[in-house]
Amino acid sequence: MLEQLTDWLVFNVFGFEADLAFAGVLHFFIYEAVKIGLLLLLVTHLMGAINLFFPIEKVRKLISSGKLRGFEYPAASLFGAVTPFCSCSSIPLFIGFLQGGIPIGVTFSFLITSPLVNEIALALFLAAFGVKVTLIYAFSGILLGTVLGWTLGRFDLERHLESWVRDLAKNKASDSLQSAMSMRDRVLHVSRDAMSIIKTIAPYVLAGVAIGAAIHGYVPTGYFEAYMGEGAGIWSVPLSVLIAVPMYANASAVIPIMQALVVKGIPLGTAIAFMMAVVGLSLPEALMLKKVMNVKLLSAYFGLVAGSIIILGYLFNSIF
Amino acid sequence: MNIKILGPGCSNCRVLFQNTQEALKSLEMSADLEKVEDYAQMMSYGILGTPGLVIDEVLVSSGRVNTVKEISDLLQKK
Repeated sequence: MLEQLTDWLVFNVFGFEADLAFAGVLHFFIYEAVKIGLLLLLVTHLMGAINLFFPIEKVRKLISSGKLRGFEYPAASLFGAVTPFCSCSSIPLFIGFLQGGIPIGVTFSFLITSPLVNEIALALFLAAFGVKVTLIYAFSGILLGTVLGWTLGRFDLERHLESWVRDLAKNKASDSLQSAMSMRDRVLHVSRDAMSIIKTIAPYVLAGVAIGAAIHGYVPTGYFEAYMGEGAGIWSVPLSVLIAVPMYANASAVIPIMQALVVKGIPLGTAIAFMMAVVGLSLPEALMLKKVMNVKLLSAYFGLVAGSIIILGYLFNSIF
Repeated sequence: MNIKILGPGCSNCRVLFQNTQEALKSLEMSADLEKVEDYAQMMSYGILGTPGLVIDEVLVSSGRVNTVKEISDLLQKK
């Protein structure tokens, strides 16, 4: 229906000729912007509603309770996915989990998945690549967090933490938050928070869709296949991960651009690896975590995530 | 009254600080409003996400930016 509506708007109301390149660009822009807007509304509200039942304080209590019997890693990873991520929260979260007696490896499971699978990435993925690819993306992200957290947890990580963090971690966790809000207030928050997320990222998303629309209209189909075909394709995965690291702030712009690039011949696995690296290997987060752990642990953490994303990229390229 | 904004100085913490200032102004209340940027001090309130809002040494909110109205309500309950 949205397709017909956009057709009508571009060709009838604005009166563009259908074979004009610019009409295609405009059509793509309007169609994608509206589709992304609707999906963002849906997914941010849905994730906000899920989060209502799993506030982070409750999640910490559940993971540290011992009731999960060995399923702490996948649980932490899953909870990381439904918790909104903010790089400035990484340190309080890291220390707070340690104070709750949660092993560092389990905390890493949470920290790896939290930026990787979040409401914004999911909405943009749905808009760009559909349900199947989005599910594969979310599942890979949660799996990545589980496996890497578990792997890191095999080592003695405590000695790689800064001494002030070790001192703080000895303090017992206290449930000091006085929930002054009624359930009704919290339900109202879901919508308010969802709208404020959308408002923050809207300029980036629109810029991304605009660039995507221009690529869609002016770059010939299959253009990139010439460069990224059989031979060069091998290097495209690690290269795209490398380029992605400093791009964190523009994550919301990147996914709509990648959608257009995939249509023009960039392999889907390479594109997914790139997008995972953009959101999962965040430079601001690394700078934050540098304050609590030494370079050795930070590099191990980042190296493992980057390496796994590259492997996933190859895997997806061979499947799709 | 003493109000503390917990957070390392990211944009969310700055917005919360401004909203709190506005809430105080609209209620014509005066309070000691301070920023806490030291992690050890922040963690003593038991937060798991920033920004955190502390009114008279009680953590009333963490992990979200409260609106001016929410803060006004919280202040009036005190």
